[in-house]
Amino acid sequence: MSQQSEMHLFAPGHSGCPGCAPSTVLIHVVDTLGKDIIVVNATGCMEITSSQYPHSAWRVPYIHSLFENAPAVASGISAALKAKGNHHTKVVVIAGDGSTYDIAFGSLSGMLERGDDVIYCCYDNELYANTGVQKSGATPIGAATTTSQAGKVHHGKEKERKPIVEIAAAHNIPYAASASIAFVADFQAKLKKAAQISGSKFITVNAPCALGAGFDGSISMKVARLAVQSRMWFLFEYENGFFKLNFNPKVAKPVAEYMQLQKRFRHLTPEEIEKIQKLCDHHYIEMLERQKASDAKKIVFDAVTQPPSTPPASPSAPAAPKT
Amino acid sequence: MLIPLSKPGTTTDIKTGKWKTHRPTVDPKLCTKCAICQNFCPEGIMGTPREIPVIDYDYCKGCSMCMVECPFKAITMVAEKQEL
Amino acid sequence: MIKTTNGATALAETAKNCEPEVVAGYPITPTTHVVEEMNRYYANGETKSFIAVESEFSALSALIGGAAAGARTFTATGSQGLLLMHEVLFCSSGMRLPIVMVVGNRSVSAPLSIWNDEQDSVSQRDTGWIQLYAKNNQEASDALIQAYFIAEKTFIPVMVCVDGHFLTHTTEQVDIPSKDEIKRFLPPFKPMVTLDPDQPLSMGVYAAPAYYQEFRMDLHSDLEKSAAVISDAGKRFGQVFGRSYGLVEEYHVKDAKEVLVGLGSAMENVKAAVDEMRKQGKKVGALHVRVLRPFPREELRRILSGKHVGVIDRALSPGAQPPLFTEIVEALQGTSSTVSSFFGALGGRTLKIQESKQLFEKMSKGKALKEWITVTVEKNEAEIETC
Repeated sequence: MSQQSEMHLFAPGHSGCPGCAPSTVLIHVVDTLGKDIIVVNATGCMEITSSQYPHSAWRVPYIHSLFENAPAVASGISAALKAKGNHHTKVVVIAGDGSTYDIAFGSLSGMLERGDDVIYCCYDNELYANTGVQKSGATPIGAATTTSQAGKVHHGKEKERKPIVEIAAAHNIPYAASASIAFVADFQAKLKKAAQISGSKFITVNAPCALGAGFDGSISMKVARLAVQSRMWFLFEYENGFFKLNFNPKVAKPVAEYMQLQKRFRHLTPEEIEKIQKLCDHHYIEMLERQKASDAKKIVFDAVTQPPSTPPASPSAPAAPKT
Repeated sequence: MLIPLSKPGTTTDIKTGKWKTHRPTVDPKLCTKCAICQNFCPEGIMGTPREIPVIDYDYCKGCSMCMVECPFKAITMVAEKQEL
Repeated sequence: MIKTTNGATALAETAKNCEPEVVAGYPITPTTHVVEEMNRYYANGETKSFIAVESEFSALSALIGGAAAGARTFTATGSQGLLLMHEVLFCSSGMRLPIVMVVGNRSVSAPLSIWNDEQDSVSQRDTGWIQLYAKNNQEASDALIQAYFIAEKTFIPVMVCVDGHFLTHTTEQVDIPSKDEIKRFLPPFKPMVTLDPDQPLSMGVYAAPAYYQEFRMDLHSDLEKSAAVISDAGKRFGQVFGRSYGLVEEYHVKDAKEVLVGLGSAMENVKAAVDEMRKQGKKVGALHVRVLRPFPREELRRILSGKHVGVIDRALSPGAQPPLFTEIVEALQGTSSTVSSFFGALGGRTLKIQESKQLFEKMSKGKALKEWITVTVEKNEAEIETC
């Protein structure tokens, strides 16, 4: 066995497509969180490609049950560990967006509402990949999939994505974040932060699917990076109710540049792309508003919670993460 | 009793390296050991981060991501020799 | 010790005394107060966990996680809740997780009904779970303790099926063994495999055509072999607590010409009917099928061949012969038995003593019959439906 093939807690030899960004996500999740974890995986591409009997790429304890119950299985494991006096092993759910946004959404909400001590990480490839590219709640507006087709009358997905991180944060959990596999340092930092917090933690990490979105596997990271640079995907976190925009370059790349790399957007007319560009600009302003509101709240919060002698800390501007 | 279980890390039995038509080669003179390729590789077989990548061709699928992402153009794809 | 309480409360105390480490609870009539009681124990620090889940689907899923992490588990549900668990039932038996669950039998929607029959658990007989049935609340609590013994020896999950309302809401005297007494019968749970960072394994893997069928064949044969474990458990239980159990319970069957066979509390009425008819010299008998899965085929064949057997199905296979009837007909193939099928008593209607006697009389004519059990119930407009 070569030294390289032994290096990660997620082994090579899995059957992810060449250039599969979600596979890269798995390596970083388990390597960053370490050996003392239990992975609960929902049915999905990363499950099917990593655990076909008698093989498994996972070098940590791993359980897959069904498509719509990973959060509940995780709650059960967490309760078992606590009942046995084990307060150190971390329970980590890894699921795709089909499971997270759609079929396991009820189970996810239940787990978050209970605040079970679980790190939930969604590899967000914005579609049902394993079943051959169907629309999910994470599919962006305009994108064509086999269940949001570009036809004469209907032209790709007609609604925006479900704001899953905001919904998770609204459960008053201590940590909810949006990351991207192209911004590895930021993603690792968020995983590490989540690992230090007890209670429910939610991270969704954008990891585009070459096969599904229609581009060559070699440019998966380029597409992921452009998603963020064009503000089709934001990097942010909610920590105990305080918002922080992690990546905020003054000038954004045009959405068209992001879209023209991908077959799933090829049907869009310039007018349709322009409409989506406006939506992105609108969401960017929303992000800035959230940052301002959160900073203001922090000032008031610090003033109230800190003894009067020390001046309240000024809010830190969102530093651009190292890529 | 048959329980549907697999042993850890056993996908290493499956040599996905057979998939590739081209293999990445690293020019040590251009490589700055920035680890970008090592961080991105979906197979995780480009060796120790912050060192010159040593690729395990038993598993590399030839996706060319490392070549595309290398800021210093230190990686080139070379056609596989066709074993007849 | 002897408690006078309703079935659900007795089952909860019994479960608590079996010391489950992971308990999940979701309400549904008629088992709501099983989970309420479990939460009271948790609130008072008598049990280690209570996961207030958001659906029955998640209740059983949480127990998959708990059992996979090496914990003894418990939950209770019925009717719509059990049907919602359908996918998870197959998954937990396929993963060989020794989960134990109480099912408060209640009919299935639509139309909606909160009343008793056995359509829910009988419709789940192919999900790879062992199914125990109880005629009264003593049997139900005893079955729950034995369920842990059986599950943790066979690594096959067990359902303890208890008629909603007729048992869960009926107050009876029940001898509930203490934690220490139970320990004399039930050894500590030793899991086969667990989720353990020191010995990582991957559970619930995908099996391609080359591998899949062997797992199912193995579960099937182990489920068949579990009959011996269940019988053994019933004997051991008798040695410790003085109440022993078998796969079925015969009542005046040896010399009976006609025998009524069925599941659950209705069989108590049939036994009462047998007592009355025996006084009049009628050779009738009753047989309670205590274990529906694994189906005690050989035992039923041995006991019932040559008799006129009336099978009572309080469950249906719409468009086909009723479930228990078809399985007993198959078991008696080639014997000289006559087999009649009586099906119905659904949605809160039960087979009272009077109706049982009428069935015996009809059977005494000798012809094989196939009839609905309609059981007239006066229409009470003022009855408030609660669910």
